[in-house]
Amino acid sequence: MIAIENLSKRYADRTVVRDVTFDVKQGEILGFLGPNGAGKSTTMKMLTGYLTPTAGRVEVGGFDMAKDPIKAKSLIGYLPENPPVYPEMTVRDYLAFAAKLRGVPGREVKAAVDEVIARCILGEVPNKLIAHLSKGFQQRVGIAQALVHKPKVIILDEPTNGLDPKQIIQIRELIKGLAQDHTVILSTHILPEVQVTCSRVLIINQGTVVAEGKPEELEGKLRGGLRIELEARAPEGEIATQLQDMPGVSNLLVTPKSEGLVRVSLDVPSGNDLRERIAAEVVGRGWGLLELKSVGLSLEEIFLKLTTADAATPSSPSEEPEVLTHG
Amino acid sequence: MAKIWAIAQRELKAYFVSPVAYVVAALFMLVSGYLFSLILYHTREASLRGLFANLNVVFLIVAPALTMRLLAEERQRGTIEMLMTSPVSDRDIVLGKYLSCLMYLAFLMLLTAIYPITLAWLGKPDWMTILTGYLGIYLLGASFMAVGLLTSSWTNNQVIAAVATFAISLLIWLLPSAGAIVGQPLGQVFEYLSLLQHQENLLRGVIDSSDVIYYLSFIVGSLFLTIRSVEVYRWR
Repeated sequence: MIAIENLSKRYADRTVVRDVTFDVKQGEILGFLGPNGAGKSTTMKMLTGYLTPTAGRVEVGGFDMAKDPIKAKSLIGYLPENPPVYPEMTVRDYLAFAAKLRGVPGREVKAAVDEVIARCILGEVPNKLIAHLSKGFQQRVGIAQALVHKPKVIILDEPTNGLDPKQIIQIRELIKGLAQDHTVILSTHILPEVQVTCSRVLIINQGTVVAEGKPEELEGKLRGGLRIELEARAPEGEIATQLQDMPGVSNLLVTPKSEGLVRVSLDVPSGNDLRERIAAEVVGRGWGLLELKSVGLSLEEIFLKLTTADAATPSSPSEEPEVLTHG
Repeated sequence: MAKIWAIAQRELKAYFVSPVAYVVAALFMLVSGYLFSLILYHTREASLRGLFANLNVVFLIVAPALTMRLLAEERQRGTIEMLMTSPVSDRDIVLGKYLSCLMYLAFLMLLTAIYPITLAWLGKPDWMTILTGYLGIYLLGASFMAVGLLTSSWTNNQVIAAVATFAISLLIWLLPSAGAIVGQPLGQVFEYLSLLQHQENLLRGVIDSSDVIYYLSFIVGSLFLTIRSVEVYRWR
């Protein structure tokens, strides 16, 4: 649906985006993650045709943004960093204007506006002036204008910016719901957001893509393996010996808890998921298995590793050096 | 076309939602009414020629006030990003904005209809001259507004846009005086380029196509430069 090739944006004194290449498939929710000033917004502005790239190509739905801007743009709904609202307009008038601007036929405008008002939970304020709305409502009006013409591609620059926690959850649900018939790119510097909403993550720092993958994948990849955690009713020493003997196990940590319970965490290399064997082992010995799961490094940890230079000291020998050199 | 209209409509509404449209119209009527009465009292002529000549000066001040926000405000608020990422060409954005100026100017002209009506009640005005006079000041007002739209595209500071419009319009207006200094044949060129020079025939009741073409080219030229200037935003 979206193809970005070697996209760069240079200004006289600095390069904001450097050689960014990625694809987004139909129905995907791609999260764009990076610290403030990493080049997320600039990339999105080039994607939506607001800025012309210094080099590289943007293609949306098969249309080249440079050669066929009107056709490419008609497939996009875009929420910029700050909601592009006109304070002197009412919510309804504003959304109708947005719809007409995107070529919704005159007689369908009202229905489109009503639908998006319901979808973005703006039912309380359709006839209020935007100037009188709270930041949270203005943000939702901004999201609504990006959806009003039912675009195939939706690009949201920090969509939950300025919302309270309840609204954030509502908007995340809304975004997840969009994935069925839209392709979504959203940027954020808030980590749980991508973990909750995105099917794929792109981490960008200082204008370059430093990592890419599914949230779980990225966690595993960076750690160079998998962390397994379990809780069992077992003697502390015995279970430690048993698990230590399994192939590839490292960083074994056994913490005793109350009433004979122990909490164990251990790392294994990727491709060596020991969960089944561990389960068999524990149960086979007549111990009670209360919990068993695999966890990756949290995205937060990966993010910090990739985007802060001094975190480049590898904590595990299997980390990929080419990823780290960017950091 | 529908999109140009949507932009023009929104713009016009913005004028009338804020006090700008009303304040400008009220003050415009105050000043023009004052001028009309004074001129009528002194000349005792059923003619609007004197009034039209004076309205030119009023437009020189009204035009920057109305046009300064057109693009500067969009950039300052960031709403330009919505326009420029919608499937609308830069040309249509500029034309939509300009269309709203033309409509507001027509609204002001409509208000001044009270003066010819007063004249018709008091005497026998020459309607043809009044109509060509209207055409003349409408074209001049539209030219000032085209300059205003252009300067508004240069900056996101409305005051700078207004002052630049005023200065540029005034300089072009006063070109003939400069022409007198530089001598011929350059002086003739300056005279031709002056916005005011082309008014005279129209105010006298004569439609010379070269005058009309002059104004239209001036407007088209300004709009062309505005579109170019908007295109440059994408390179920032």
